[in-house]
Amino acid sequence: MSPLFTGRAGFALVIAAGVIVTIALPLIDGMFGLVQATVFIAMAVLALSLGFIWGFGGIMCFGQSAFFGLGGYAYAIAAIDFGGSSWAVLLAIAVPAAFAAMLGYFMFYGRISDAYMGVITLTVAVILYNVMNSTSGSQYHIGAAELGGFNGMPSVPPINLPGDPSAALSPLQFFILSMILLMAVYTGLRLLLASRFGRVLVAIRENETRAMLLGYDPRFYKLVAFAIGGGIAGLSGCLFTNWGGFISPTAFSLAQSAQIIIFVLLGGIGTLLGPIMGAVAIEYLITLTGTQHRFDANLILGVILLGFVLLVPQGVVPAIAAQLARVIPARRRAGASSQTVTAP
Amino acid sequence: MALLGLILFNIINGIAVLVLISIGLAVIYGMMRIINLAHGEFLMLGAYATVLSTNAGVNLWVSILIVSPIVVGLFGLLVERCIIRFLYGRLIDTMLATWGLSLFMIGGITTLFGTTVEGVSAPLGAFNIGPYHASLYSVFSIAVAAAMLGGVWSVLRFTKFGLIVRATMQNPPMAAALGVAPNRIYMLTFALGAALTGLAGGVLAPVAGVAPGMGAAYIAKAFITVIGGGAAIVTGSGLASALFGTIDQIVTFQTTPVIGQVALLIAAIIMIRILPQGITGRFFRRSL
Amino acid sequence: MSGTALLQASGVSKRFGGVTAVDTVDFSLAEGELRCLIGPNGAGKSTFFKLLTGQLAPSTGTIKFRGHDVTHAKTHEIARLGVGIKTQIPNVFNGLIVRENLYVSAIRINKPARARAIVDEVLARLALTDIADRLVGVLAHGQRQWVEIGAVLAQEPDLILLDEPAAGMTHEEVARTAQLIREINRTKALIVVEHDMQFIRMIAKQVTVFNQGRILVEDNVEHVLANQAVRDVYLGKRAA
Ligand SMILES: Nc1ncnc2c1ncn2[C@@H]1O[C@H](COP(=O)(O)OP(=O)(O)O)[C@@H](O)[C@H]1O
Ligand SMILES: [Mg+2]
Repeated sequence: MSPLFTGRAGFALVIAAGVIVTIALPLIDGMFGLVQATVFIAMAVLALSLGFIWGFGGIMCFGQSAFFGLGGYAYAIAAIDFGGSSWAVLLAIAVPAAFAAMLGYFMFYGRISDAYMGVITLTVAVILYNVMNSTSGSQYHIGAAELGGFNGMPSVPPINLPGDPSAALSPLQFFILSMILLMAVYTGLRLLLASRFGRVLVAIRENETRAMLLGYDPRFYKLVAFAIGGGIAGLSGCLFTNWGGFISPTAFSLAQSAQIIIFVLLGGIGTLLGPIMGAVAIEYLITLTGTQHRFDANLILGVILLGFVLLVPQGVVPAIAAQLARVIPARRRAGASSQTVTAP
Repeated sequence: MALLGLILFNIINGIAVLVLISIGLAVIYGMMRIINLAHGEFLMLGAYATVLSTNAGVNLWVSILIVSPIVVGLFGLLVERCIIRFLYGRLIDTMLATWGLSLFMIGGITTLFGTTVEGVSAPLGAFNIGPYHASLYSVFSIAVAAAMLGGVWSVLRFTKFGLIVRATMQNPPMAAALGVAPNRIYMLTFALGAALTGLAGGVLAPVAGVAPGMGAAYIAKAFITVIGGGAAIVTGSGLASALFGTIDQIVTFQTTPVIGQVALLIAAIIMIRILPQGITGRFFRRSL
Repeated sequence: MSGTALLQASGVSKRFGGVTAVDTVDFSLAEGELRCLIGPNGAGKSTFFKLLTGQLAPSTGTIKFRGHDVTHAKTHEIARLGVGIKTQIPNVFNGLIVRENLYVSAIRINKPARARAIVDEVLARLALTDIADRLVGVLAHGQRQWVEIGAVLAQEPDLILLDEPAAGMTHEEVARTAQLIREINRTKALIVVEHDMQFIRMIAKQVTVFNQGRILVEDNVEHVLANQAVRDVYLGKRAA
């Protein structure tokens, strides 16, 4: 809803900021900072995936980590089995997207309530967590890739230049690739939201009955949006696995799912820029406290989530936007928002 | 023949475990339409109460049957007063808040007691079904599960509290007009659900790996059971436990416990497509 | 009759538990017809509309639209066949601006350029151009009704159902609505539920009276207004 980031000018501003970060960060930050920043980016992509389906599709997914983890494992398994990374990256997107489509079929066509949807998605993530946890031992393998149980899969081959498995990306190259992918996902979602599909999706979020009365099938639109969200979460899982060369069942954990929810809540539901900011802020906070070792990260996440629901239910970015809205003249605002679906 | 007996015993035991881990959740959901995402951590807290008090010298049976439900029941009361009551009518917010609570509890217990705690071992030993051994403690947990189902049913059916609860569930404003304070009823209901969950946690303590994250092992099954059962508390969780417990045990017997859990999930997902309101949303609608 | 009917409901009932909201109704509408549906509150008019649009499934009976059996069709499928409805309680996209409400409606079967043209046309026709860029959620009830009518028009359906379109409108707005309905009727069939007798007189040719889920009378407007049974159940309380 924020007037500042909508419209073409706002989009240009966001992309310009992204390009500046891509160029400037490697110059001012050391290698450690750059590697740290890369995981923030992976989390930002993950935040976008939920920000899209929740904020614009109105889909309550409490288990977005399911797709994140599936993407990570799909990449790891395929990268080990196929040698190169191109197929692995594609599978890291396709497998979670297909899984989301399948799950979405049962949920949306069963017409279950938001609350049930939250519980079902959460349950799916928990069960994937339990399943992956129990795959210790060499009998659990796909091709040459051993799943490794709760220890996860170490030494996953990194992304390489297409067609040349020996040319692995350097940390700097991987940082730049991650930034490019983040900007691509952001741009893609903005375009999607401005398209017919996106407008109908938002309309369905606003009033499902009216959308049906106009001849749209909400189940289909939600299913497609959910699958796209799953694919983006999978891409994030792929980036995350590459970042550490490692994936474990923790990717599916409830704490991971909760983190994604917090990214979006903190950044603001109904925006795209907000979840990115939320992800960076929370990841930064966890990094800070992680070096202290005095509190468990769960404790901090729990306090944030609880405090957030009790104190600021509509999210920080919309709260700021509401402030700005009072300052910026009403006519300009109306003009800006008529140009586009409000997707900062 | 003996093998069949063993399988049957395992199925009944599997059903009992589902009843144990889901009845507290079902009470809170059925009566208040609140889905408590910290349910797994309430179980964990119950298990900790038993383990810690037993290690401190309290009799194991006292720990399980008295300490655990009281500790978790009081904790539930506190949670209702400090969090839940501000969020009535906001289902999704309640879920998010209890999720926050769940993380907070995991983090809190980890900070206080570390990631592991010295457990207690299952008492009572074994008995024989033909050439097979079966645990007597399982018989105890089956008995507790049956007592819980029967107890909740009797409370709802025969007591004044049960009558008021049923009235409040159907029509809160009218119950309020009759001089019943819905707030008090909700508070007591939440505490009751928490106490039942605490008892379940206590019963599980000797046979489960007690750790801060142990809730994750149970909540998936508990949610599936409650959603599959639908709105009626006793009939719903009873029937859903019977259905899912049987599926789980048969698949587990053929393969592994994890595949059993996957089968449960698949069964539940197919069921929401066919019966979105759960078993009692379609059948046995007027049951408790 | 049934061969030329646009809409044909035969023996349609809807029960809610013990309440029979719609009771074995036979109803037929010709192509291009304008029909008024009147009856006291709770007579089953809105429920009948919900049956026609697939928001509810009938307990018994069949509904046909242009010969297609739509008795158990989904709401969106019926809409695609060309049925548009303004519901009694406004169903609009509150979080979108007026223009977007209409655009979402027009874009289903049109290319963007054509959809934008339709939106501008409807905005002008309903005098909504001035508020085209305002959020629908902040508009007054009457304006939101207009937005909903606009969305239905932008959908370009062949049959339009209007459930109490004049409720809460000023005298002048009511007259404008009546004018609009007559205009729409030049090209499309309509069924209009209304309580306001002035309004009925302004638009109606043929009137169907509902009472307790059944059709009480079906006749032209003069006869219906003169009918003693109708006066007893309905008009007695309202018209002098
Ligand atoms: N969803 C529902 N559940 C139960 N009863 C309903 C429902 N919808 C309508 N009714 C009942 O059906 C009857 C007809 O209602 P309605 O169609 O809204 O009448 P009208 O539009 O003519 O005022 C009323 O008695 C109403 O209470
Ligand atoms: Mg009505």
